[in-house]
Amino acid sequence: MKFGVIVFPGSNCDRDVAMVTRDLLEQPTRMVWHEERDLSDLDVVIVPGGFSYGDYLRCGAIARFSPAMQATLDHAQRGGMVLGICNGFQVLTEAGLLPGALVRNRDLNFICDRPTLRVERTDFPWTQGYSRNAVITLPIAHGEGCYYADADTLKSLEDQQQVVFRYCTPEGELADAANPNGSLNHIAGICNRQGNVLGMMPHPERASDAMLGNTDGLALFEGLLNAVQAVA
Amino acid sequence: MTATTPAPFSPEEIADEGLKPEEYDEIVRRLGRHPNRAELGMFGVMWSEHCCYKNSRPLLKQFPTEGDRILVGPGENAGVVDMGDGLRLAFKIESHNHPSAVEPFQGAATGVGGILRDIFTMGARPIAVLNSLRFGNLDDARTRRLFSGVVSGISHYGNCVGVPTVGGEVYFDPAYSGNPLVNAMALGLMETPEIVKSGASGIGNPVLYVGSTTGRDGMGGASFASAELSEESDQDRPAVQVGDPFLEKSLIEACLEAFKTGAVVAAQDMGAAGITCSTSEMAANGGVGIEFDLDSVPVRETEMVPYEFLLSESQERMLFVAQAGREQELIDIFERWGLHAVVAGKVIAEPIVRIFFQGEVAAEVPATALADNTPIYQRESLAEPPEYVQTAWAWSEAQLPECDRTGITVAGQKQTWSQVLLQLLDSPIIASKRWVYHQYDHQVQNNTVIFPGGADAAVVRLRPQEGEVATELAHRGVAATVDCNARYVYLNPFEGAKMAVAEAARNLSCVGADPLAITDNLNFGSPEKPVSYWQLAEACRGLSEACRELSTPVTGGNVSLYNETLDATGTPQPIYPTPVVGMVGLIPDIQQTCGMGWRNANSLIYLLGVAVDEASGAVTLGASEYLAVIHQTIAGKPPQVNVALEKTVQAACREGIRQGWVQSAHDCAEGGLVVALAECCIGGDRGATLYFPETLPETLRYDTLLFGETGARIVVSVDPSHQGDWEAFLAKQDMSWKLLGTTNATLDSLTISANEQWLINLPLSEMKTAWEEAIARRMDG
Repeated sequence: MKFGVIVFPGSNCDRDVAMVTRDLLEQPTRMVWHEERDLSDLDVVIVPGGFSYGDYLRCGAIARFSPAMQATLDHAQRGGMVLGICNGFQVLTEAGLLPGALVRNRDLNFICDRPTLRVERTDFPWTQGYSRNAVITLPIAHGEGCYYADADTLKSLEDQQQVVFRYCTPEGELADAANPNGSLNHIAGICNRQGNVLGMMPHPERASDAMLGNTDGLALFEGLLNAVQAVA
Repeated sequence: MTATTPAPFSPEEIADEGLKPEEYDEIVRRLGRHPNRAELGMFGVMWSEHCCYKNSRPLLKQFPTEGDRILVGPGENAGVVDMGDGLRLAFKIESHNHPSAVEPFQGAATGVGGILRDIFTMGARPIAVLNSLRFGNLDDARTRRLFSGVVSGISHYGNCVGVPTVGGEVYFDPAYSGNPLVNAMALGLMETPEIVKSGASGIGNPVLYVGSTTGRDGMGGASFASAELSEESDQDRPAVQVGDPFLEKSLIEACLEAFKTGAVVAAQDMGAAGITCSTSEMAANGGVGIEFDLDSVPVRETEMVPYEFLLSESQERMLFVAQAGREQELIDIFERWGLHAVVAGKVIAEPIVRIFFQGEVAAEVPATALADNTPIYQRESLAEPPEYVQTAWAWSEAQLPECDRTGITVAGQKQTWSQVLLQLLDSPIIASKRWVYHQYDHQVQNNTVIFPGGADAAVVRLRPQEGEVATELAHRGVAATVDCNARYVYLNPFEGAKMAVAEAARNLSCVGADPLAITDNLNFGSPEKPVSYWQLAEACRGLSEACRELSTPVTGGNVSLYNETLDATGTPQPIYPTPVVGMVGLIPDIQQTCGMGWRNANSLIYLLGVAVDEASGAVTLGASEYLAVIHQTIAGKPPQVNVALEKTVQAACREGIRQGWVQSAHDCAEGGLVVALAECCIGGDRGATLYFPETLPETLRYDTLLFGETGARIVVSVDPSHQGDWEAFLAKQDMSWKLLGTTNATLDSLTISANEQWLINLPLSEMKTAWEEAIARRMDG
């Protein structure tokens, strides 16, 4: 399974993702420069965390115009897998691949922490490695991670069961105190209706290496491998 | 023109450049003529303390700088040490105190940017940042604004540039209220085969200006940094630079890519004094000259004059000397990253810096006059400690109210020792710094082994990020810490500076790291004042001695003098003398490290080093946090370093961690033994039951027993299954050690008893609340 990791000027989690897909999972992984237009060799496109183009106008607002993102739209339309992590999630919402927006955290400060999340869907390739309603711990590090969408969009997301991860207490309960950034409906990650595009604020790649202790994120990448192998 | 003609500048104009009249005369003597406006500005910044260390250089000479693992010592952009397996670590600390006092957000942000450039200029990829911060009292609204501004600035820059901020220290004391200290330390892993140096070479080689554009921002920042702050300093905002972490991130990538081509002969960051400093230092370090054309420089403003070009401190810029004929290769790399790269000059044989502007020579100065052969002031230090010290030393514990097993009466109020402990945990100096590090991305790059607050030092895995590296082979780690108890230094600069080194080494030992080398940031008052100079001289002597004895050479650092503020009556108020020690250590295997919190139930708790009931005076309330918080007294003699014992205790701790016997380790610093035990409970989310000796020496007060401070003390926890091996090992060490108690399985409280009576009995939840909310409560309330 071939992974591509998009590198915008300002991306800073690109190598972290490649460490997981290339070094830990031993999958072919290609760094995709933001000016590239041809992604046809890739099975999975990952839009990594960071501050694409400095995020000066609005997080992800410039990145959506890049040739690599245009190619990612095509890739997604063909049913290809796309994962946006942190800034990558922001880029995917700006690009229209996912609904809603990520706005300033409730308390206005940047937050680096390791909240607990509830896995809401386990029938996607991304999450089949988890048990339903599993509570996992993944790192977050963002200033603009508060998920926002208008009431109709939110209702549609819930109706279509597109919410994949929600912030929760260690016991799996939804609570404001367990919601680090004020996201509506405690949303930490969502997918599109087809399930091939996933955006999430937490960093699964930072919880994949046993040498660093936490491996709760590895199942996400492994699930993907199993899914594609099953199809093939 | 000769020196006898009248100067074309008024005395005020000369003083405005930060130059003294005799320094101006020396410039005229060196040039054989009067300088022009641009040249005067160049001398002003280059002869500032910030750039040329004219007051501190004679003192810095005594530092030990060599060792088996030292690859690059002082004099380059950063020091470099050998971490084994071909891994080389660059590291350095730098201050941004004055800019942060005036504009905390940008001041702190550009401080981070500057220290990162020192690292990647050498060919190293930055892998971690630590900060040492000092502010006034959080009760003061202006201090809160400075504190939150500085933290936001560090957060903004460090997070965006993608380098984890993994550790640091924060102190609060009225001594810093008008003059906060912002010291940033960066670590980097060498990515290029050769360490990139700053000495220009190869006559005719092109000089490239790379990175961002030049504007009027940060004009004369180096001179500004070398002057005392006053109420008018707020009007000096143009002297504060504005940072762009996005550009810096691209600059890191582009520079490392460029260095790997082999086409870069030398590189220098444009930090303080921008084009002036980089051209003259590269020329002087290489024993050559540089011709530089200002018309080639990409600008962000119009109508700039040479003086402004030469003194601008616009950020995210570098100067390269390239191999002739390969400049286009480099330019292509920078343009790909959206950065400027232009040929703006060349290396010449004549050892001068010659600046062209609009086709004419705008400045022409011998390179060494600016960068190397600069003024040095040999000052005499006081023969006797100054009066304030003698007064403070006259204090003794006998001046405190009497106390007994149950507590102490302070200002008519009886307090139990548990209540005293809660007050100490609520002191912002001791309390959790989560409010700070919560705002820093401390995990980016996927190598952070221990998170901030989890241990006495930061631990980061050494894993090359370029090329395919099997992660299971990347087992080495670096531990890093920044330390200085400035109250100790204030009350005894020599012993206090020694203790800063000893504490840094102890903190590294508590995560299982072998201390290797230090970088130091000397934050002091005006050297022109005898007391401040005495503090500086004594502290340098202490640093030198401790570094020699603990085998941790100095690889470089930064000097920040004139840290004083004028109060409303115009009286200078010096900061505490604050020689911050940034130390790095090697962890051979990151699986063999530990944090400070108890890891398991029923573990055995030991105190290594100075005994609980030591009554020789080695444990003291002098200069202690207890004395400051509970009795509002800053006095006494701080604890002295017992080097031999420090080495034994630290080595025993490291060995215990590596053997897998020791599961947690925490040194005793501010607040003494009981605060350390409380922190182990909070960190491990687990109570503990301890027993202190039944009878105490008559001369030992209960508050000294519980909260007295000393060096060479580490609290560790050990699994009972290792008790035999561990104690057999300890029996062979030339030091005191004692089993004090066990961690609890169910009881969520810290209890310390002696003779079957409580000394301390506190629920974990109460301790946690006090410790965790102390800073947030003051910031939000």
